[in-house]
Amino acid sequence: MGLLTNVINGVSLGSVYAIIALGYTMVYGIAKMLNFAHGDIIMVGGYLCFCAVQYLGLPPLVGVVLACAGCTCLGIVIERLAYKPLREAPSLAVLITAIGVSYFLQNSALLIWKSDPKVFPSVVKLPTLSFFGGQLNVSPLSIVTVLTCIAVMVGLTLFTQRTKMGKAMRACSEDKGAAQLMGIDVNATISMVFAIGSGLAAIAGVLLCSAYPTLMPTTGSLPGIKAFTAAVFGGIGSIPGAMLGGILLGIIEIFAKAYIGTELADAIVFGVLIVVLLVRPAGLLGTFVPEKV
Amino acid sequence: MKANISRRNFLQLSGAVAGSAILAGCGGGASDAGSDEPTTDLSDAGIFKVGGIGPTTGAAAIYGTATKFGAQVAVNELNASSDVLMELNWQDDAHDPEQSVNAYHNLLDWGMQILVGTTTTGPCVAVSAETNADRIFQLTPSASSVDVIGGVEGTNEPAKDNVFQMCFTDPNQGIASAQYISEQGLGTKIAVIYNNADAYSTGIYNKFMEKSAELNLDVVSETTFTDDTVDFSVQVGDAKAKGADLLFLPMYYTPASLILAEAQKQAYAPKFFGVDGMDGILTLEGFDTSLAEGVMLLTPFVASADDEATQNFVAAYKELTGSDEDPNQFAADAYDCVKAVAAAIQAAGLTADMTAPELCEALIAQFTDPSFKVAGLTGEATWSATGEVSKSPKGMVIQNGVYVSMD
Repeated sequence: MGLLTNVINGVSLGSVYAIIALGYTMVYGIAKMLNFAHGDIIMVGGYLCFCAVQYLGLPPLVGVVLACAGCTCLGIVIERLAYKPLREAPSLAVLITAIGVSYFLQNSALLIWKSDPKVFPSVVKLPTLSFFGGQLNVSPLSIVTVLTCIAVMVGLTLFTQRTKMGKAMRACSEDKGAAQLMGIDVNATISMVFAIGSGLAAIAGVLLCSAYPTLMPTTGSLPGIKAFTAAVFGGIGSIPGAMLGGILLGIIEIFAKAYIGTELADAIVFGVLIVVLLVRPAGLLGTFVPEKV
Repeated sequence: MKANISRRNFLQLSGAVAGSAILAGCGGGASDAGSDEPTTDLSDAGIFKVGGIGPTTGAAAIYGTATKFGAQVAVNELNASSDVLMELNWQDDAHDPEQSVNAYHNLLDWGMQILVGTTTTGPCVAVSAETNADRIFQLTPSASSVDVIGGVEGTNEPAKDNVFQMCFTDPNQGIASAQYISEQGLGTKIAVIYNNADAYSTGIYNKFMEKSAELNLDVVSETTFTDDTVDFSVQVGDAKAKGADLLFLPMYYTPASLILAEAQKQAYAPKFFGVDGMDGILTLEGFDTSLAEGVMLLTPFVASADDEATQNFVAAYKELTGSDEDPNQFAADAYDCVKAVAAAIQAAGLTADMTAPELCEALIAQFTDPSFKVAGLTGEATWSATGEVSKSPKGMVIQNGVYVSMD
């Protein structure tokens, strides 16, 4: 029974990582940049939903919608102001800018919402499901998280495969110059990617804070890094890979804590990442693209 | 930032000088306790210059602000109704050791004779080395690490004979918790979750384990976390699986709130036992206080206690800060610090014209005198030669969202 509980906890934690990782992987796959501010957009999403529910007294679902809308706008604004001017700059400059944006968001949140933690009201208010006479408890939130994660993954896959905008995104991902020559508005496409990525971040933020209900300006940083790891683990740029990576990472983390020791959990998680990258440099589901010199 | 503050203090002092001149003309010397800013009174030389240091800006500002106002309440009381007159000059250190040492030097320039501070541990370790070399008597309200006093088990710092603490040291909290649990028979199987990335939490945990072994307490589960941990499913699950009926949580209230939520998720309801870091859990914005129902903690002070001294302090504190927020234990500890210094001054017959090193030696002798006891808001305190305080902790339990005494 302990094993089953740990699997459920692992999948539940992993699904949160997976939703964050989906955002990372979308942006990397198409804009070819690591948006390190992604974790902080999650935190902003959490705060927006918190304010809507706690201060304005709105129902949680409206809070989620508002957080999504707010984060989508924030993502577009960040892209326009910080990343677009660097479109032709070396990738290192973009990376440093992304880290800068991350700190900017964290410190702005510190100014606006102060450093004392807030307790996030869960958006799923259903009683815990008990099985086998209380031996196995499953939180309905875990189920909602897993279902949301699957829905988002399927939705994103269909979107990139079937829609015109999705095709444009894939074209940009393959070759920005050629895509432009084919009449695709590369800037608009990349803005769209950021909008989708940030909207997902808001959903991830709400689910993360519902599962682990403290909200602080640094709430998004470590889950952001873990999710980035998950995206690399699964093969960055691959949508199913992000999902797989996230869930595996969650399970590894919980199993490491439960069976090896709580002290070593993070070391093991990142150790697994190193081993996977040594064996499969492109990640589990990534495609290896040889660089032509 | 510092320039602003010293300018403000300067204005405040000059204002106070002018004010006291006018008051002297009217034949009165009452301090205006109702104003927002701490007041000072510079009417004559019979006044002890007491310095205070603690973060009033930055992430740890709630602690520094509480100690600043707590100390000011005590100074106002002394000036209004006792022979020991004091002037308090509080400096901000933003919880940064370097700024704290700078603040200390500012206070020396001002002519400080006694230091009440610093509020937080890291800066206090730095400043206590300075006061020790300069022979300034120092009493910290809330820096709880043994590194602050030095020369005892668990620290590599040299002994600082001039430094005393008003709060329990971290190891002492561990010992007191184990004793309390054992004496009151609170649990037969105990689980401990602690932060192994934090000296405070680990310090309490180590001593708790030592004392538990001595008292034959059965600790069935020990798990750890770090500052960034949000998922406690394994830690709580382990305690549950091993049938622990008491969960000891030596940590601050933020992770504790996550553990309480996780326990509810797992339909696990042991007794929860916390330490002074748990104080504040009820003030968490948005926290469902029903989760903390029945949580026990050892803390030296609660604002809801109905004794007269506490109620007077709470009222004076609220009036001084102009807010409706209750003082926390940091404020009470700072209040007790000032009162303890005043009691020692009175007992030893010290005068304000003595130099800081003279006062330092006399106060050390007084504080380490076994017959010297101070009955404060946080309990009756005595001090060991190493500077550690000894007072009996109060067991509190949270009922209907407020602290109630367990004794």
